[in-house]
Amino acid sequence: MTAMIDLKGVAKAFGPKHVLRDITLSVPRGQSMVIIGGSGTGKSVTLKCVLGLVTPDAGEIRIDGAPLTGKTRQGFISRFGMLFQGGALFDSLTVWENVSFRFRHGPGRLSRTDARDRAVDKLRRVGLSADVADQFPAELSGGMQKRVGLARAIAHDPEIIFFDEPTTGLDPIMAGVINELVRELVTEMGATAMTITHDMTSVRAIADRVAMIHEGKVRWEGSVTEMDASGDAYVDQFIHGRATGPIAAIR
Amino acid sequence: MPLLFALQGFLASIGRTVIALCASVGALTQFTAMAVSHVIRPPWYPGEFGRQLLKIGYFSLPVVGMTALFTGGALALQIYAGGSRFNAESVVPSIVAIGMVRELGPVLGGLMVAGRVSASVAAEIATMRVTEQIDALSTLSTNPYKYLVAPRVLAATLAMPVLALIGDVIGIMGGFLVGVGRLNFNAGAYLNNTSQFLTAGDVLSGLVKAAVFGFIIALMGCYHGYNSGRGAQGVGRATTNAVVSASILILACNYILTEALFST
Repeated sequence: MTAMIDLKGVAKAFGPKHVLRDITLSVPRGQSMVIIGGSGTGKSVTLKCVLGLVTPDAGEIRIDGAPLTGKTRQGFISRFGMLFQGGALFDSLTVWENVSFRFRHGPGRLSRTDARDRAVDKLRRVGLSADVADQFPAELSGGMQKRVGLARAIAHDPEIIFFDEPTTGLDPIMAGVINELVRELVTEMGATAMTITHDMTSVRAIADRVAMIHEGKVRWEGSVTEMDASGDAYVDQFIHGRATGPIAAIR
Repeated sequence: MPLLFALQGFLASIGRTVIALCASVGALTQFTAMAVSHVIRPPWYPGEFGRQLLKIGYFSLPVVGMTALFTGGALALQIYAGGSRFNAESVVPSIVAIGMVRELGPVLGGLMVAGRVSASVAAEIATMRVTEQIDALSTLSTNPYKYLVAPRVLAATLAMPVLALIGDVIGIMGGFLVGVGRLNFNAGAYLNNTSQFLTAGDVLSGLVKAAVFGFIIALMGCYHGYNSGRGAQGVGRATTNAVVSASILILACNYILTEALFST
């Protein structure tokens, strides 16, 4: 199977701090890859490198076989969808304007009515009714904001979707709902997904494959079913949430 | 030996400051070039531009109007007091007009708008940075410079001259009210004197200054907001830096522009 996202030897330093040392990772087309790892191990930076928000110092990133560079980035971005940790909804715009942002501002703009109709469709898909469309993000609960963020990420039926800690800050029931939605959307759209999370329930619910990043390198990679029998002490400590083990609790 | 270390430390701290200053000047120059290039290159966002014009221009009217009104009045009192020392009270109308139009209208208006607009632009963009809304814009195929920076810079550059012009009229009116009401000037003579001495060049130079100040106000707000640090503290620092740097740059540019426009 061809890799949709392919990272080879990606490294990034911020001043003296080497966040990514050597990330080599491959996400097959149509699969859901979840990246786990402690805080500050480079998960978010990896994601930002693939999105083109951070330029790596070394290494190569290929999307669908083509190298990701400053010039090609704009072309790829239209095939991406991204759900941010805090939702990152534009608070000066209503919910439907957030969801339809691409259709109102990109090339091939839609009229207000058409864009709103599309937004309402996508909001329904994530379990929100049409009456939230005209509200502002600040008027919604955390779980609803996350769903709006999800609707915005999938609004243009992207081929690749990124999820940055989709369940952080949500109650367990809402987290379950979001996990289910993420899994459904990825399966239904046939999209390739890359998720970063700390939440092991989330990992088991949405992953086909799992990669663990530790100290800027991929420590372990395998299918979600192999995760419990990985034989790697770092992975074991992380998935069972033990305070003692090879990963120092205080970083 | 300890003296040598102390000297080395002192020189190193000077070096660090100079390098940091050069880096800031470089970063600001790059940001300015990016902002200007996106103002002149399509695609543009007319809706966003209109919203900013309203926020920066229209909603600054009361602040600028009040500043001009009281400044014009105070100016009339001061010039009358100063002029009376050598029997030159009659210069009040013309000096109030020239003072307001050339100098106080654009500068005080600029400083007031800097307080209002630079702060709000910096706080808004810094919050967007902290909450990842700027990254979200990029992932939605929208260039943040084009969507956030260009409309604000263009709106402020165009709105400030209009605000200054309105401020000029209100300031002259403030002088007129005090002149006629408190200093017993004849209303017709006051207005006649004002229009006789005021030239188009005076007004135009004030408007040029105002446009430059508008550009500075929005640019400083955007720059500090865009490069804000993390958390509430980062947003607070960005806001303070935006207002302080905009005010200082306005005063410095005012001197340079006055040199350039009037030193003949």
